[in-house]
Amino acid sequence: MSAVAPEWVRASPTVKPEGSRSARARLVTLSLIPAVILAAMLGLTTGAVAMTPWDVLRILTGQLDDPFLHEVIFNLRLPRVLVAITVGAALAMSGVALQGLFRNPLADPGLIGVSAGAALGAVAVIVLGTTVLAPLVLPLGVLALPLAAFAGGLATTWLVYRLASRGGHTSVATLLLGGIAINAIAGAATGMLVYMADDQQLRTLTFWNMGSLAHAGWALWAVSAGFVVLALAALPFIARALNGLMLGESVATHLGFPVHRIKTLVVITAALAVGASVAIAGIIGFVGLVVPHLLRLTIGPDHRYLLPASALGGALLLLLADALARVIVSPAELPIGLLTALLGGPFFLWLLMRQQGRLGS
Amino acid sequence: MNSLLHGRWPLPAAWRSPTVRPSPMPAQAPSDTGIQVRDLRVERQGRTLVDRAHLDVAPGTVHALVGPNGAGKSTLLSVLAGETRQNHGQVTWSGRPLDDWCPNALARCRGVLPQEAVVTFPLTAWEVAEMGRLPHRTPERDTPIVHECLERAGVLHLSGRDYRSLSGGERQRVQMARVMAQVYETGPQRPGVLLLDEPTSALDVRHQLRLMELLRTDAARGRAILVVLHDLNLAAAFADRITILEGGRIADSGAPRDVLVPATIRRVWGVDCVVETDKHTQCPWVRLRYGTPKPQCELEASP
Repeated sequence: MSAVAPEWVRASPTVKPEGSRSARARLVTLSLIPAVILAAMLGLTTGAVAMTPWDVLRILTGQLDDPFLHEVIFNLRLPRVLVAITVGAALAMSGVALQGLFRNPLADPGLIGVSAGAALGAVAVIVLGTTVLAPLVLPLGVLALPLAAFAGGLATTWLVYRLASRGGHTSVATLLLGGIAINAIAGAATGMLVYMADDQQLRTLTFWNMGSLAHAGWALWAVSAGFVVLALAALPFIARALNGLMLGESVATHLGFPVHRIKTLVVITAALAVGASVAIAGIIGFVGLVVPHLLRLTIGPDHRYLLPASALGGALLLLLADALARVIVSPAELPIGLLTALLGGPFFLWLLMRQQGRLGS
Repeated sequence: MNSLLHGRWPLPAAWRSPTVRPSPMPAQAPSDTGIQVRDLRVERQGRTLVDRAHLDVAPGTVHALVGPNGAGKSTLLSVLAGETRQNHGQVTWSGRPLDDWCPNALARCRGVLPQEAVVTFPLTAWEVAEMGRLPHRTPERDTPIVHECLERAGVLHLSGRDYRSLSGGERQRVQMARVMAQVYETGPQRPGVLLLDEPTSALDVRHQLRLMELLRTDAARGRAILVVLHDLNLAAAFADRITILEGGRIADSGAPRDVLVPATIRRVWGVDCVVETDKHTQCPWVRLRYGTPKPQCELEASP
């Protein structure tokens, strides 16, 4: 009994874990970092004013003192790039979190109505902020828009979750149908508000409803980025629990995870991230669906890698889409929400066809 | 004295940190180890699912839970697994009520195999088995442990396959590997428990035997094992004790030869049988009576 080796020593430590994808997952996640940096550089150089990466670097470090180029970089392109990174990371990560929560790869903040709820909250602030809601909105200042979007997103996420989950089981059909209903209700309410809006508000709303990275100022970006960072900071803590949830809620309980607390945390963080991204960029669909799905195909569904990789992948996708949106119809630009819908819609159809028969309810 | 020193700490002192070498547990009265269920009652929607249940599963033993469909076996197991809350009565593990345990500490010594687990994400068999290591933060030894458990469950050759593409029996064995990986570090000095809900339901005869032999090995390592079974002969051959549940109540409990008697089987399941003794193992062997010989369909000989 004296010198008993721990039992696990008997197992050979040199086994090759076939079927484990963590090595590949680490590699892919790490290689996404330089990809995002390159794409950000692409976003800074493309546009009506041609610039080389070298110029951009010299302006950013203050070595090139050209007031015009300085203006272009710091007031036009850098905010866009930062917004693209923030929004892309927020949407993709909340997509992963919601898919983990619902245990379904089809849960997307846009599809299940979370974005629409957040949009309703934001539109209410834009349209009614100077009249009916003024006592609420004015003291909050720049915080009002992201907070309203967060509240709208939280309410819809909670509603959809309550609707689709009964006794630890999530019904996919209810989830998607509930999403349709919530999208319709929130859309109608948003439409009513748009109907009430004046000309100036209308222009803001139209552009914003299609999703755009153009109208964000530094202040709004800073607040929303704060929201997103808050949500991102929470997600690593729930990554292991989301892994356990993949085998079902009861197995997650057996593995020692506080399932109810985790679910609340996921709902709040997803609503935070979606609310913040809707507040700065409007509705941008399919990022939360496409990015996690593609990454799951390459690195597997381990949330410890999938969450950070999706954040990077979402940022990458939006940076590239934004560069494309500015080039296609230059010198004008395409609303980025239209572009992601044009790319993501067909992708979703392909996903449905591929999964047909495996979907179940 | 021990409990005074450790307060409400849910673990034996040796468990406090994974880096501390486990010291032998202080000698305890037999009633303080293993699982004890006392006067358990579970009601759901006005129906009593389990009533006045007493159960003891000692470390180092395989305890089989048998009974007709709907007798409350799974309900009883889910209370022990912490999924369902009882309306009355108490469940203790190592002398402490289940509620006093920290969930993670419990997860490191209690493995639960549910009847089925639905997976919607493209996990490989390896990744499913690796889930059993989630309660532990021991990445350096997870790989050899998962490898060994998959090997013991006889599914190592499937480790790269998509879990959803496996057959029912293969999935069950992968889940079994996950449960074994979860309680891997438990042994004579660190009490562990396995709660298995019909682990043989999808297995062919060879794998049924292999699984039951696996449970015997695990019991020999000091784990307390509670297993729901339908095959009375498997229970008779491999379990130390058998508890028969009927309509939520315990009909009988004891050693196989005392419990598996024609009168009880007739009363609980409503089938006739003869109980013989296996010459080789000396275990009781239940031979069901099937009534009349198979009716033969008489075909007219074709010209």
